[in-house]
Amino acid sequence: MKKEIFINKAGRELPIYIEGYGDVKGYEGPFAINPTGKKYAPQKSVSKPGISKVLSNLKEAIQNSNLKDGMTVSFHHHLRNGDYVLNMVMDEIANMGIKDITICASSLTKAHEPLLEHIKNGVVTGLETSGLRGNIAKEIAKNNILGKPVIFRTHGGRARAIEAGDVKIDVAFIAAPACDTMGNMNGKDGKSAFGVMGYPMVDAQYAEKVVAITDNLVPFPLIDVSISMSNVDYIVVVDSIGDPEKIATGATRVTKNPTDLLIAEEASKVLIASGLVKNGFAFQAGSGGASLAVCKFLREYMVDNEIKGSFAAGGITAYLVELLEAGLFNALLDVQTFDGAAASSVDRNRNHIEMSASTYANPHNKGCSAHQLDMMILSATEIDTDFNINSITGSTGMIMGALGGAPDTAAGADLTVVVAPTMRKRIPIILDRVTNIATPGETIDVLVTERGICVNPRRTDLIEKMELAGIELKTIENLKDEVELLTGKPERVSYEDIIVGIVEYRDGTVLDIIRQVKV
Amino acid sequence: MKKLRRTMLFAPASNPKLLFNTAIYKPDCILFDLEDAVKYDEKDAARDLLVEALKVVNFSKCEVFVRINPLRNPFGEKAPFGELDVRALVPAGLTRMRLPMCEKPEHIVELDRLLSQIEKENNIEKGTVKIQASLETPTGVMNALAIAQSSDRVVSISFGAEDFTRTLGTDRTKAATELFFARSQVAMAASIAKVDAIDTVWSDVSDIEGFRKEAESAKNLGFAGKSCIHPSQIKIVHNIFTPSMEEVKKSLEIVEAAKLANIESGGVITVNGKMVDIPVIAKAERVVSLAKGAGLIK
Repeated sequence: MKKEIFINKAGRELPIYIEGYGDVKGYEGPFAINPTGKKYAPQKSVSKPGISKVLSNLKEAIQNSNLKDGMTVSFHHHLRNGDYVLNMVMDEIANMGIKDITICASSLTKAHEPLLEHIKNGVVTGLETSGLRGNIAKEIAKNNILGKPVIFRTHGGRARAIEAGDVKIDVAFIAAPACDTMGNMNGKDGKSAFGVMGYPMVDAQYAEKVVAITDNLVPFPLIDVSISMSNVDYIVVVDSIGDPEKIATGATRVTKNPTDLLIAEEASKVLIASGLVKNGFAFQAGSGGASLAVCKFLREYMVDNEIKGSFAAGGITAYLVELLEAGLFNALLDVQTFDGAAASSVDRNRNHIEMSASTYANPHNKGCSAHQLDMMILSATEIDTDFNINSITGSTGMIMGALGGAPDTAAGADLTVVVAPTMRKRIPIILDRVTNIATPGETIDVLVTERGICVNPRRTDLIEKMELAGIELKTIENLKDEVELLTGKPERVSYEDIIVGIVEYRDGTVLDIIRQVKV
Repeated sequence: MKKLRRTMLFAPASNPKLLFNTAIYKPDCILFDLEDAVKYDEKDAARDLLVEALKVVNFSKCEVFVRINPLRNPFGEKAPFGELDVRALVPAGLTRMRLPMCEKPEHIVELDRLLSQIEKENNIEKGTVKIQASLETPTGVMNALAIAQSSDRVVSISFGAEDFTRTLGTDRTKAATELFFARSQVAMAASIAKVDAIDTVWSDVSDIEGFRKEAESAKNLGFAGKSCIHPSQIKIVHNIFTPSMEEVKKSLEIVEAAKLANIESGGVITVNGKMVDIPVIAKAERVVSLAKGAGLIK
């Protein structure tokens, strides 16, 4: 095994080769990679009259898809904590005695805890995802139960990797709230409606075989089609694909927490002082906590000053739908709908537009909407004095989060603002060095906390604008010291040599590695 | 420049998080509570926590008050915690304390003596620690002026409507007619004694409009500020008790014109076509002082 190491542009020490991953190409900067070659294409297929795509059960679909040991299957997480599909498919794969499967999921949630047994039994030997939480994450971080690193990709990075052929999906399993007998699907009709189908739109296009799993088979042709029958091989009808009530497990309404509201109000002042909040601006905010609350303060400013934005993007919540319906934005660009109220808007509002994960955030997509953002609001579990963000591991070294679209939008937006409290349960969040980098500091512009605002020194233009607007700034080093006076400096966790996770940057380079936590 | 006391945010001293987090909401004053908000069996722990917090936490520009426990019980006997609070907090650096259930000047005099003794024992300059007298009963309200003038240490008097209505034998209503006389009496006494009057709390945090109306009426009655129990109330009170930039601009013109005209000895001047006399100038000076305190002008 090659042991040489090097340091990438984010300052992280990486081996040149990782077992179970291959050669490591280090992160070189947000737009340093120029892709070459052609996109991946699946094998040609055939269509004959009179053949039904609707099969009697999952087993038949798996058999017909020629799924074998060592192959890769894909899933999407629009049903989040309410998803039933991943578990039912993996249970069937296990029952059929198939082993050594790699799961390429848009993300994994607490609903997918049963995977733990499949990993332990060797049914699943590879995981590629945006995020990982709960017991699976714990067992991987502490005990390396997978035996090889989990590959973490951003939403844009996943779409890019699939298009580039870095990941070859053998069978894509797609949960469809509405599906006709030829495989046309959408996510907004039926008892399990979750909204848009941004993630599997990419899988459907590039997977060798595509299986639609639905609890709402409708006669051909379905009227509104998100994923076309052109890409679908088989259809399986099940009792239920999931519980849409459990989609909105994170906070998708504006918080009442006074600290979060304070941070949000300060963040909105920063946005306004930047001069970017003007007619035609494009905006994205993550769901939950202070992030979404920024919209509340921005809304007041937009109404008072008669400003109408171009689009709000990303994961779409009911609150963003309210802004759309109040006429404050021309459109919503939606890759993933975060709650039931927002899901119903997809049908109701012509300008609530569905987009694929590739259109949303793939850096090598000609229309990447993340690159059209004027401003982006992110949250973070840790930030360091170089403004690097961690959203994937906790200060204990445990895997407990996701990359999501944050690295994509931070790279694309003109102004990226991180909103975070300075401490969580007495643990300071500003560090000399984050446990793991999820989003590089060179794509982060401002940190807004309840104890002060810090602008990345790289953005001298912003510092000037903030000072002009009378916004008091602190250096991130001073703010860190101020917080450590209250919390003390926590001891850092120790690691084994074994690499249990790889954080890929959106362009496919390696940003960081996650090592096994020493117990 | 006048020290502003527009907002006084309550925080139970038994909650460690609030000890270092309350200042982030930027109230003019913080009131850490050792009295009603702290259970009997937590009094000692809360006091210890507060003592440590006073030593290490940076409260920024907030003026820190502590509502100590009463020195005496309703029967006039020595109460268990009040003196312990004072003896622990003053050496820890506390310079402002609220005396609850203050009904007569003797209550202040007793605290004044205790403070003098503790200041001496700890080599702290005499008179460093100031007092806010909390008037929460009809007797306290009727004695407002005497209490406010009972010691140089008294910097403000506050009105507590909950205990007041309980002792009066009535209920607190949103119309607040039952409080009108008492609030006016407290505000007038403060004005005569040249101390700040702080209005009572509004307990229904979700009723923002009711709170706003009560804060407006407090300002109109002559209070310097209002007690708050939730961070969301701070901005509302600050907006009400801070002059608008237009008011500030007009007041600055009046103050400037008065300076040039040298009319301290009486008479009137004209500013922007309007007659201005001594009372108008005094009001303008108050607005300018408030604006400076609020950081609107330098």
